[in-house]
Amino acid sequence: MMDAPQIVKTRPLLIARNVSKRYGAVQALQDVSASVYPGEVLGIVGESGSGKSTFLRCLNLEEDPDHGSYTLDLPDVQGNLFDLDRYARRMLCATRIGIVYQNPHLGLLMKHSSSGNVAERLLIAGERRFGVLREKARDALDASEFPLDRMDAPPIELSGGMQQRVQLAKAIALEPALLLLDEPTTGLDVSVQALVLDTLKKLQQERKITMVIVSHDLGVIRTLSDRVMVMKGGQVVEEGLADQVFQDPQHAYTQQLVHAKL
Amino acid sequence: MTVLDVRGLTKGFTMHHLGTQMGAFEDISFALQAGEFLLLKGKNGAGKSTLLRTLYRSYLSQGGEILFHSDHGVIDLARAADVDVSFLRRTEIGFVTQFLTARPRVSAQDLVAEPLRLAGQEPTEALRAARHWLYTFGVKEELWAAYPTTFSGGEQQKVNLARALILPQRLLLLDEPTASLDVHARAALVERLGELKAQGTAMIGVFHHPGDVAALIDREIDLTPNAFQDEDRKDVAI
Ligand SMILES: Nc1ncnc2c1ncn2[C@@H]1O[C@H](COP(=O)(O)OP(=O)(O)OP(=O)(O)O)[C@@H](O)[C@H]1O
Ligand SMILES: Nc1ncnc2c1ncn2[C@@H]1O[C@H](COP(=O)(O)OP(=O)(O)OP(=O)(O)O)[C@@H](O)[C@H]1O
Ligand SMILES: [Mg+2]
Ligand SMILES: [Mg+2]
Repeated sequence: MMDAPQIVKTRPLLIARNVSKRYGAVQALQDVSASVYPGEVLGIVGESGSGKSTFLRCLNLEEDPDHGSYTLDLPDVQGNLFDLDRYARRMLCATRIGIVYQNPHLGLLMKHSSSGNVAERLLIAGERRFGVLREKARDALDASEFPLDRMDAPPIELSGGMQQRVQLAKAIALEPALLLLDEPTTGLDVSVQALVLDTLKKLQQERKITMVIVSHDLGVIRTLSDRVMVMKGGQVVEEGLADQVFQDPQHAYTQQLVHAKL
Repeated sequence: MTVLDVRGLTKGFTMHHLGTQMGAFEDISFALQAGEFLLLKGKNGAGKSTLLRTLYRSYLSQGGEILFHSDHGVIDLARAADVDVSFLRRTEIGFVTQFLTARPRVSAQDLVAEPLRLAGQEPTEALRAARHWLYTFGVKEELWAAYPTTFSGGEQQKVNLARALILPQRLLLLDEPTASLDVHARAALVERLGELKAQGTAMIGVFHHPGDVAALIDREIDLTPNAFQDEDRKDVAI
């Protein structure tokens, strides 16, 4: 165990404590805790079924854990977010948290226009002026490096890489305090993967968005993350600075994971 | 003024798949003052890189303390919170390796200027300084605005050095920074290290050609097994 911070006085933006979730016989999460500081990128790796997506769904307030607490250090946000009612959750997610799923069907209406998908977010947050909606959607798509001449095409007609850019645009349209990414580049061609990763890196550098990213691709995690958390069987087995976890993994499972991918 | 006080530092690796443990070094103690230059020696595999990485916290130690006298007080790097270590890496502790971590779509001059900008320097001034150091290390002017991802090994290393040495740090760790450099760049490096030393930067380094830095060396530690003895501190003025 490391000491508590002694020099950095900023509080973490995100603190999750002892988040547990069981599905029938499966303990998907067992007392998972994490802290993420403003502007920091936390990478989560771990074998299939280890609870990574479940944890992100909890952080996106889509899933009710059996117990645990979750706070975001934002001016008008208080208390355990798991205790919020449906309406408050929806508003908080629409305005403060962005998410990109591996499967674009989970994040997008595939037959609506791409710009409409992005604007939907802004609508939920209360924006009604058509001109502003369109302009903000365009800006977000542009920042996600989506080709603007296609902004009215529905995602179903777009390539996988472009669909991920629409999801990303939707996620960042409101300048969220927290961006959650669940396998954002998995399933894309390697060259497209590199381009999407490049966009993420650029956004992170320019906007200093706090991020939690899940990926099986250790290269992706290594490129983006400041700190890394390793999960197995619903539990965190190791966490530390990204270079330390990759160069000097402590847990048997992490060693296996790192060595298998080198 | 003490910068680093290492006490009883021990590092080994557990290789779970083999069920074995391998010691790298044991019970190392030494102190380093501002402006001191410590040369690490030892055969291949003696643990030189391991010691530097442990000090930087890329590796975790098994025992001992790494007391770093930061601007914000004394902190044990072996146990410091990750955020504190990240902060110190941005502000007070530098690590120069042989390899540049290029970033997509960031030009050589921006990469070099970044530490100054993060430290609050005005962007045009930071860029001017970046160009000065690229010039000094012998990077061709045509390359300054280009992305280093496509540079040759030597060119990347020069960009790496310019970036790592542009901002004087309290502690600088160097792991064979001259390995892929031409004579001109090696001379420029040695000159810059001399400047930093004069400004008070404490340095610990492993050098492929220790002759290059002979004039800077204050003390040596040999990590070859059984060669290391806790130094007697006669050299430290009281
Ligand atoms: N809605 C659900 N109903 C029942 N079981 C679920 C549900 N969601 C997840 N699980 C189970 O919880 C466990 C954790 O699943 P989760 O999707 O979080 O894993 P993961 O780490 O994201 O895996 P992968 O890397 O394959 O995406 C799995 O055993 C999964 O089958
Ligand atoms: N991450 C690691 N995991 C396991 N063993 C390691 C790791 N890093 C280094 N070692 C081992 O520790 C020992 C010391 O290695 P180190 O790289 O520190 O030597 P060195 O003195 O820098 O050698 P060289 O002169 O070849 O650079 C070696 O036996 C090496 O295999
Ligand atoms: Mg998953
Ligand atoms: Mg070495």
